[in-house]
This record gives sequence, structure tokens and C-alpha cells, in this order.
Amino acid sequence: MAEQSIESSGQDLPAEGLVIGEEEVIKIVDMHKWYGQFHVLKNINLTVHKGERIVICGPSGSGKSTLIRCINRLEEHQRGQIMVEGTELTGDLKHIELIRREVGMVFQHFNLFPHLTVMENLALAPIWVKKMPRRDAEEVAMTYLKRVKIPEQAKKFPGQLSGGQQQRVAIARSLCMNPKIMLFDEPTSALDPEMIKEVLDVMIELAKTGMTMLVVTHEMGFAKTVANRVIFMDEGEIIEENEPEEFFNNAQHDRTKLFLSQILAH
Amino acid sequence: MADAAQNHIVGEHPDLLPPKTEVGVWGWMYHNLFSSPLNNFLTFFGLFLIWVTIPPMIDWLFIDADWVGETRDDCGREGACWIYIGVWFKQLMYGRYPDEDLWRINSMYIIGAIGLIWLVWPNLKYKGWIGVFMLFLFPVACYFMFSGGSFGLERIETPLWGGLFLTLVIAVVGIVASLPIGIVLALGRQSKNMPVIRAICVGFIELWRGVPLITVLFMASVMFPLFLPEGMNFDKLIRALVGVMLFSAAYMAEVVRGGLQAIPKGQYEAADSLGLSYWKSMALIVLPQALKIVIPGIVNTFIGLFKDTTLVLIIGLFDFLGMAQAVATNPDWLGFAVEGYVFVAFGFWVFCFGMSRYSQYLEEKLHTGHKR
Repeated sequence: MAEQSIESSGQDLPAEGLVIGEEEVIKIVDMHKWYGQFHVLKNINLTVHKGERIVICGPSGSGKSTLIRCINRLEEHQRGQIMVEGTELTGDLKHIELIRREVGMVFQHFNLFPHLTVMENLALAPIWVKKMPRRDAEEVAMTYLKRVKIPEQAKKFPGQLSGGQQQRVAIARSLCMNPKIMLFDEPTSALDPEMIKEVLDVMIELAKTGMTMLVVTHEMGFAKTVANRVIFMDEGEIIEENEPEEFFNNAQHDRTKLFLSQILAH
Repeated sequence: MADAAQNHIVGEHPDLLPPKTEVGVWGWMYHNLFSSPLNNFLTFFGLFLIWVTIPPMIDWLFIDADWVGETRDDCGREGACWIYIGVWFKQLMYGRYPDEDLWRINSMYIIGAIGLIWLVWPNLKYKGWIGVFMLFLFPVACYFMFSGGSFGLERIETPLWGGLFLTLVIAVVGIVASLPIGIVLALGRQSKNMPVIRAICVGFIELWRGVPLITVLFMASVMFPLFLPEGMNFDKLIRALVGVMLFSAAYMAEVVRGGLQAIPKGQYEAADSLGLSYWKSMALIVLPQALKIVIPGIVNTFIGLFKDTTLVLIIGLFDFLGMAQAVATNPDWLGFAVEGYVFVAFGFWVFCFGMSRYSQYLEEKLHTGHKR
């Protein structure tokens, strides 16, 4: 992991210290999606380099969740091209399986498996998808549980944890598959305010390891400190994309300005 | 506005005991039996009904009943004549199965009971192996033991099978087979991108659910042989078994489908995003949750099936109830049908209640404190 330069001096040291590779891990070209008659995503072009941390924001219904859900084929696109790690997403199940191994996803509502313990939640995919022996899988799981700072909850069921803890387990669950890219679909929107920080802290730690991240969120503080690029979407289009500094202080488009004025008003 | 009794410092209010009307026996009685004049009346009326019905019933069943003797003359007529059940016990349990071969049934009963208890008992080892044995080897062993014709066992034709034994054979085969077939049908009906499979499953389910079981049994025993080529014939019991199996599988499919629909979309998506294939995500994520939700419905179908086995009487098979009816017509023992029916009812109740209790235990055990 030569290209990573991990900063150890605290969470307020974000993007500058991180090296972004030349390698293109996601390339989306002229992608369109429809729900029946409704044109949800229009002419999406987006290239993501290894190690980039992209925050996608925009009003609700703007298609930002749909966009990242297209990247691991939870949603199907109808036109254009999506390449992930050099594999094109088509209807081919082989390709889809290959890409899903490389792409982890964290959901708004955690989507932990309630009938399994935390440990079983984490070890399940390594055992059944990667064919890892149970003991090794549990070791990997424990490593990541420690990384999200809740190793003591391993034997509990998700229903016995707080929202923040559940979301951290969900992040660890994705990491156990050792993905190259992580997608976050509004990871803190369903949390009580006092739990948002613990989840964002874990995400910041993750960013420092050089993980490529696409984050749909309304946490503008997170965008400012962690993202190296912010994308604003409205009505299915990418309206504007820029470095956080420029994006927040010097937005170009009127709709971006309006959006920012609404969410940063208080 | 501090009230006189509450002069605690703010922030240091201790936990107080709840009022007497909320806890204990008196609290319970107050809330459940005597909370209003109407409830008072209903409580006393209920007690009156119990007093009128229960003591005479106990008199008839136990106190005035005749327990010892050999002929009908030993029975006084005030209470139940359990001698009647004793005399016909073998027929009620095994039908016309030959006496000298009853050990074949009994030994399988014992093996089956041990296996079942092993599986049901918490925290025993080797459950996996016992389960495989019970599901695959045990039925085969039962087949050879019950029908004979090989391993030096005398062949015993199925028309001789009867009583509770026959009821159990039909019910267990129906129950064990209907769940997996039902799950497959439900998954087929849910699959949106395989229209042909979906259509076949929907067609199957709607066809079998749309006809009464009596029709199915009747068709199996009377019509079905007409379609077979000359000289080819299946045992009547096997035809009935297949009919019962497919019939209950259709019901089971709809119960399971209810469970599948209750699983939030996020569970499927989480499984997909981790790279699990369709069958793995069904087997590891969706079905364990879906089946847990519909345990009451599944057991309901099992219980219904168990009792529906009595309908095989219509095609000339003498199950537990059929046998009770048959012996009631014996000229030496006319007039004791009620005892027979009470005994049969009790027999059915024991099995159905057992299933019901086990399902409640299972629900409790599988509950992991999560609603979503």
C-alpha cells in the first residue's frame, strides 16, 4: 500500500495528506436511467480515481442515491456505460458478481441481518462468497470490529445495538469483503443527532486509509473536511462539481447557490 | 408547585413503588376481573357457567366411568365406558395390521420418537446428523419396515394399515414434504424475471388451492387409475399421499409467500451488495427470517393437514377417526360411539396441541429483539 500516506495527527487533517492515484476505478459515460416514463438520471458522466473521496449532494429526488446504486447494480441503467475496476456493468451476472465483490455499500437504514449476531453478520460474506474458512473469516471480522471500535458487541444481535453502533457494524461488514470502493447512501440520515459523530469518525478514519469513497450525504461538514470533490445533483443531472473549497465559497450555478443557502442557512 | 409528599431535591428523585392497584394478584384481579360493573357481572356469569358444565363432565369422564372389565356388561350406564376403548385399542391404533408384526411399527415409533426429541431438545450435539437421518434414512427404513416384502419381512398390504398409525403416516409425509415443495413454489411465484416459472407456480398453487381436498382424494383414487395404461397401478395409499402432499404444498406456498413479502427490500439489497448469489441470499438471509415470521401460519397449516387426514375415509382408508366409526358399528358394542369420538378427539388434540406449543417455544427462541 505504497500510495497511502496515513496521517496520524487527528481527524482535522483531511484531504491534503491523501494521495490520489492516476488509476480510474469508476468511469461512467453518458449514463441514463428511467423508472417507467420518469427520466431519473440524465447524461451522467463521472470518473473516479483511486483514493478519491467524493461527496454527492442535492435536494431529495435529485437521483443521487439512484446514481450510486447503479454502480453496484442495485439499479439497472438503460443507456450509456458504467465501468468499475475495468469491468463493464451489463446484465451479465458474472460481471455483476465480480463488481459487487469489489464494491462495498452502506445503507441509510443499516440493513443488518437481524437474525444473525454481529459476528455472523460480518463473517457471512467472507465465508459464503470468498469461501474463507470460518476461523479466518471471524478473525478478519474481529479486526474490523476493532477498527470501528465495538469489538465487545460481537456476540450481540443487531436489535440490541444503538443506531450508531449498527451503522458502524454495517461499515465493518462491508469492509470484511476487502472492497476497493465504498459507497455510502446517506449513512447518517437515520441516526439520532448524538450518534452521527461516531459514524462520521469511522468514515474519516476509513478515508485516511486511502479508500475510494462515494458518499451521498447532507453532512456538509464532512464534505468540507474529507471530500476532495463535491458533486451537486438536481433533477437527475450533475449540475456542478468542484473541490470543496470552491464549491462552498464560490458556487457557479444558481441552483447550487440556492441549495447551499437552504442547507447552510442555520 | 411541589406537592407535600414530593419534597425531593430536583435531580435526585428516587424511584418509587407503583400503586397497589397496578401490581400483584390484587392488581391483576382488579384490572382483569372487576374493573367495571359489566366486568363484575361477566366474571360471575363465567364462574356460573364453569360450575354448571365442568363438574358433570368430570363425573362422566372420570368419576362415574368404568375402567375395568372385558365386556359391555361391565359398563354401568352413568359414566363413560373406557372398557370399550380398551377392547378396541389395537384396532384404533393400528387398524388391521397383523398382531405378530406390530413390533415393526412400534420399533419405528420408538426410533422416531427418540430422533424427534433429540432434534427438539435444546443444546444437544449432532443435531445435523440426526436431522439428516430423520429426513432421509428414517422414511426409507419406515417404508421397508411397514410394508415389508424384503429383508425377510412378510409383505403387509396397505389396506391392512389403519387407525392412528395410518393417520400418522399420512400426516407426517404430508407435513415433511409440503414445506420444501411449498418454499420452492413460493420462491417461484416471487421470481419476477422468470415469467414461465412464475406462471407455472401460480397455476399450480391456484389449481390445488381452488379444489376441496375431498375432490383431490376422490380423483386420486377413482379417476387417476383410468388415465393409467393397462396393467399399471399405484397403491391407493400412495395416490392419497401424493394428493395430500401437493394439496398442502399449495397452501404452504402461500403462507411462505406471506413471509417473503414481509422481509424489507433492504435485506435483499444488503445481501446483493455483499455479492451473495440468489440461492445463497435466499437460504442464508431471506428464508430464515421469512420462515420465522410465518411459524404460526406454517404450524396452522400443519395442524389443518393433520386433521384433514380424516378425509381419507372417503376413499376407503380407515384412519384413526375412520376406525373409531367402524368399531362403533360392531353389533356387540353398539351404543358406545361417544366414547370412541371422545377418545379420538383427545388423540388429535394431544398431537395438535403439541405442535402448537412447540411453535410457540420456537418463536420465543428465535426472537432476537429486532423488529426490522
